[in-house]
Amino acid sequence: MSSAASATIFVPRDSGALSLGADSVAAAIAAEASRRGIAVKLIRTGSRGLYWLEPMVEVEIAGVRLAYGPVGSADVPSLFESGFLSASPGGHPLALGPAEKIPGIARQHRIVFARAGVTDPLSVDDYLAHGGFRGLARALAMPGAAIVGEVARANLRGRGGAAFPAGIKWKTTLEQADQTKYVVCNADEGDSGTFADRMLMEGDPLLLIEGMTIAGLAIGAAQGFIYLRSEYPHALRTLTAVIAAAEARGYLGNNVCGSGRAFNLDVVVGAGAYICGEETAMLESLEGKRGMVRYKPPVPAVAGLFGRPSVINNVLTFASVPAIIEHGGEAYNQLGVGRSRGTIPLQLAGNVARPGLVEVSFGLSLRELIYDFGGGTRSGRPLRAVQVGGPLGAYFPAAMLDLKIDYEAFAEAGGLLGHGGVVVFDDTVDLARMARYAMEFCAIESCGKCTPCRIGSTRGAELLDRVIDNRAGGGAELDLLRELCDTMAAGSLCALGGLTPMPVMSALRHFPEDFGLPAAAAARP
Amino acid sequence: MDSSETWNKDAVAAIVDSLRHAPGALLRILRRVQDDLGWIPPPALPLIAHGLNLSRAEVHGVASFYHDFRHTPPARNVIRLCRAESCQALGAEALARHVRGRLGVGFGETTSDREFALEAVYCLGNCACSPAGVINGQLLGRLTPKTFDDALESLVRR
Repeated sequence: MSSAASATIFVPRDSGALSLGADSVAAAIAAEASRRGIAVKLIRTGSRGLYWLEPMVEVEIAGVRLAYGPVGSADVPSLFESGFLSASPGGHPLALGPAEKIPGIARQHRIVFARAGVTDPLSVDDYLAHGGFRGLARALAMPGAAIVGEVARANLRGRGGAAFPAGIKWKTTLEQADQTKYVVCNADEGDSGTFADRMLMEGDPLLLIEGMTIAGLAIGAAQGFIYLRSEYPHALRTLTAVIAAAEARGYLGNNVCGSGRAFNLDVVVGAGAYICGEETAMLESLEGKRGMVRYKPPVPAVAGLFGRPSVINNVLTFASVPAIIEHGGEAYNQLGVGRSRGTIPLQLAGNVARPGLVEVSFGLSLRELIYDFGGGTRSGRPLRAVQVGGPLGAYFPAAMLDLKIDYEAFAEAGGLLGHGGVVVFDDTVDLARMARYAMEFCAIESCGKCTPCRIGSTRGAELLDRVIDNRAGGGAELDLLRELCDTMAAGSLCALGGLTPMPVMSALRHFPEDFGLPAAAAARP
Repeated sequence: MDSSETWNKDAVAAIVDSLRHAPGALLRILRRVQDDLGWIPPPALPLIAHGLNLSRAEVHGVASFYHDFRHTPPARNVIRLCRAESCQALGAEALARHVRGRLGVGFGETTSDREFALEAVYCLGNCACSPAGVINGQLLGRLTPKTFDDALESLVRR
């Protein structure tokens, strides 16, 4: 028997890989194998997040997964020619060696993304074989307060952007007397430059389901909702299929793992509104209404979805929970720096040579992230600016790249870490135009509740048009811009109006020359 | 809107009937009508309002709030280009200029023969493969004017 007869080949079906032709690569592999009379087992996985190598194909030989990438369908015949399925592959220009040893992966500390790109996301058995549902098994034997206690001990903070301690949120909900409570997952990953939620939902969705189920056990909720943005149709298909698989195996439903406890999950798809990533606007949308921001208090932990106490967390927050319950909160708390504990999945995008997902303990510097992991700019031109934290995050100049990935360090530097998106720009970027874009985006996505956001964003875009048209004498307009940003920051209920000034003012502060001011004005706050 | 546009009233009534008791029914119903019909015909709104015992104003308010909901019939081919920061950092504006020239329409516009509509989208979650776009539901990454044209050629509905 030739070793090729039992070859297992892995091709991602992550939507990023699909956008680069992964389906045609998989089809070409199946066709070429059949033409050569070779039996292969083709498994579709998520992505490991090394997007510059996608579509990345892996072959398991003697328990080791050897990677090739980026593979186009035209490369497939030559892969077979090189003997990539044999016990001793002959070598191929696209060969990357063992997938686990690719430098971009080997230096990461993967807790949430340990299985993404490795397993078949739809297979409960694969999930179990790779350590899945161990956190749930422990949680089923624990009282709710003990589960909440572990999450608090881990110092897990919300990964959606606000970084609020999950333990406090869960404890508040647990303490409510209401018989009906909800677990709500915010999967409205609207921040540009971020894609970790999508990758997880497509690559290891059972981890999210396990985390949400543990949350249900902790606070006494029998129903969970995943609010998913409509831009993620592949994630919807994966979630729908895997929820059905989990129900069939008794991991979801009215008798979770035979415990007598109920937990059911429902996916609700949004309709294209960035504001619905704000938790109270999301609740309104889940209730079938316009996605308008609510006043707080009451906080959702007290009166959330349909007026009931609700734990609302981001995909990555829930996905961090199973490991915390399995290994204890203290083990998780050992990782990180300052008040930022554990690991954070960072998303490296924009003009960078090696874009993708980088999960590391807090404390890495932006420079290490962009150069050691990212390989510098893709264009090869000098890096000029980095925007961290999505469309409401600050623009930082190259001189500030020693900033550490840490919530407090970013706040001190006049920025935010947000959902962990890092977008790199080379020296062709025009920061006045990026500032204008921030205002335009706010105008498009404002829910309209607060006047400074609804009207101020439109006026801000007009103001920046004038600044751009007349960079020689922009002084007076810039004072007006500063005043407008003050008003928006102070007079808006939520982060959209409140934080749109952050990209605008950071661009002005760090790149005054793009606004028609002398570079020496950089010191002005 | 062309007054001769027809829409399937029975299909909408069936959707309302199947989802009227679901939590947050209105958004789910509008979502399903949009997905199944490709748009939300304005005359469907009173029907939905009646089914949910809501006012027409409430239903109109929700239907007009969300960017996904179309109020006119869709073009035969829908092209969406991401205009957010990561894609901008890798030439999304130059790509957009090319696409506008190629299709002869701007963002938010439909060709007069209703063959092509061009829409702006703000992040497709494909930022690691910027610039990104969608042609008739197919997500595309690392787009250049050339690869866009090739993809359009293979994905266009004639």
